[in-house]
Amino acid sequence: MKLYNRGIIIVGIVVFLAAITFPFWYDRGKTIAPPAIELDTPAIQKLADKRCVEDTAFMRDNHMKLLASWRESVVRKDIRVYTSKDGRVFEMGLTGNCLECHENKSRFCDRCHDYTGVKPTCWNCHINPEEVL
Amino acid sequence: MAPTRREFLIIAGLSAIGVACPPLGRIIAKETTSRGTLSPGAPGSSPALKAKRWAMVVDANKCCGDCTDCMTACHQAHNVPAIGNVNHEVKWIWPERFENVFPAESHTRIQETVRKQIIPVLCNHCDNPPCVRVCPTGATFRRADGIVMMDSHRCIGCKICLAACPFGARSINFVNPRPFIRKLNLDFPTRTKGVIEKCNFCEERLARGILPACVLACQEKALVFGDVEDPNSKVRQILDKKFSIRRRAELGTKPQVYYIL
Repeated sequence: MKLYNRGIIIVGIVVFLAAITFPFWYDRGKTIAPPAIELDTPAIQKLADKRCVEDTAFMRDNHMKLLASWRESVVRKDIRVYTSKDGRVFEMGLTGNCLECHENKSRFCDRCHDYTGVKPTCWNCHINPEEVL
Repeated sequence: MAPTRREFLIIAGLSAIGVACPPLGRIIAKETTSRGTLSPGAPGSSPALKAKRWAMVVDANKCCGDCTDCMTACHQAHNVPAIGNVNHEVKWIWPERFENVFPAESHTRIQETVRKQIIPVLCNHCDNPPCVRVCPTGATFRRADGIVMMDSHRCIGCKICLAACPFGARSINFVNPRPFIRKLNLDFPTRTKGVIEKCNFCEERLARGILPACVLACQEKALVFGDVEDPNSKVRQILDKKFSIRRRAELGTKPQVYYIL
């Protein structure tokens, strides 16, 4: 088999492989500290029982699903009350509920989202009071 | 080695079965999530205002025409931007001349008081909403209580509803509206570039037991809001006594904003 333009093709393949593996070898040996999220807002400190809507492990894994189900529920079904697994009742809302305690979006939401490279579009419309005031 | 005809047919058949049946993992996953805890709780004893069919009566005789209280209140409550460029204008409730509100009823010999009348107009929350019929993503939909809702999360900004609405009640955000909002209401989200918005009959206020912002703001009590299916409601009391018309009723969209002239 004859490979035409061998030089260009091989150089091209090498450059391509180097470019797509860039993140792996660029970060090799470096340790990047996991994000430190801040949970000590005044509102949380005031809570007698420092529990989120659901337990921490559930919230860590499923907050995005929970928020999506709240969104559907409030906007499309007009159901605005959430009963948690342990029977506590909450009004569903991102700014009206979550941000009441987690008023430090930049040191709570953003830290993990930046670390994992997630760009939620929530804040295109929903207002973060931190930025306004 | 190339597969024989027999082998090829067996592989093709098995592949077809595999494609036709949903993967087992997905079925199991679906069952666990439906048993999960993400289902919303039942509404408790909330003070929300409920109705079989929300409707509004606009008494144009009471409306003084040159006041903008209803519009200011609405636009402030819902973070509606005041964009100077008329091509990018976003509006939920706005003033319109008689000939534009009721083009079929307007004629050259109509009395001057009516011709010059300024009438507040808004989304008619039609019983047969053309915007809902054309929306490709289900972003706009009609609630059981008649409110034609806008779910910005699903809006892709295709503007078909904008073309479908015969009342011009829908606006698209051609630009990011945030910088044009005079005073942010932190309790209500803004919209983003590329989504449609319109009057929502203050559904977020009704859920908290408060009447629409425009109705409360009107000092002349020209705007009346209520359940049109309830014979004792304020809107029914007015509609039962006075002659009312609706905008472009001939189109069959069954508007639920009634005008008294």
